[in-house]
Amino acid sequence: MDPDLSVAIRSEGDRTVVAVSGEIDVYTAPKLREHLIDLVSGGHYQLVVDLEGVDFLDSTGLGVLVGGLKRVRAHDGSLHLVCSQDRILKIFRITGLTKVFPIHASVTEALSADA
Amino acid sequence: MATVKVSFTAVTAHVRTARLVALAVARRAGVAEEMLDEVRLAVGEACSRAVGVHSQLGGEHPVMMQLSDDRDRFSVEVVDRGTLDEDPAGVLADIDLHEVSSRALDDDIPETLPSGFGLAVISGLVEDLDVASDGASTRVTMVWPTTLRRGGI
Repeated sequence: MDPDLSVAIRSEGDRTVVAVSGEIDVYTAPKLREHLIDLVSGGHYQLVVDLEGVDFLDSTGLGVLVGGLKRVRAHDGSLHLVCSQDRILKIFRITGLTKVFPIHASVTEALSADA
Repeated sequence: MATVKVSFTAVTAHVRTARLVALAVARRAGVAEEMLDEVRLAVGEACSRAVGVHSQLGGEHPVMMQLSDDRDRFSVEVVDRGTLDEDPAGVLADIDLHEVSSRALDDDIPETLPSGFGLAVISGLVEDLDVASDGASTRVTMVWPTTLRRGGI
């Protein structure tokens, strides 16, 4: 167990909520990547990644999220993000990835969105 | 000028340590509170890049980070011992983040975002940025204004 990053996975109907907390950086991002790969390998293609507990996200983390999105898309799935923190949203804005990911202010909102 | 120097083995686990040190020194130097997240992210990207360069090249060279509090400015230099062919300043000039992002889902792009992406993120964050490469090393210099004077570091 890595104290810098923790990942909790639960099912909500046909969706899988991946709640991430801690810091997603060059050191911890591979762990998140493994979780996303495992989920897709296990047939979970409708993902909601909850970033509300994340207090740091860098470009390596963005790469992992993009990789996850590509994996679920290959199975006609979806990857929605939950994030209302401006410090985290900023890197999505700078990189233009706000156009690539559906980003919601809460898990409830993400779950009620079209997959 | 007061200075803190950090030299660390090029492993990813130390990037977080470098971020924490930079954050603490920036706060002490008087960088505005609302800019500290930018400092943390930009320093993290610069150190991640340097670690990546060193791990591609092998060898035992440490990554160097120097933090300087110079009157009304706080500067961070991250120096690698990279001798990769890529010209970081050229990469920086060529990369268009929004263009890369809009193509991010195309199948021909590898899962990881392209090299230079981290550097481009820094350029999106930091107004006063300089990237210099002399073939033997690359120096990324980032400068932020300070608003409070609390004495030296």
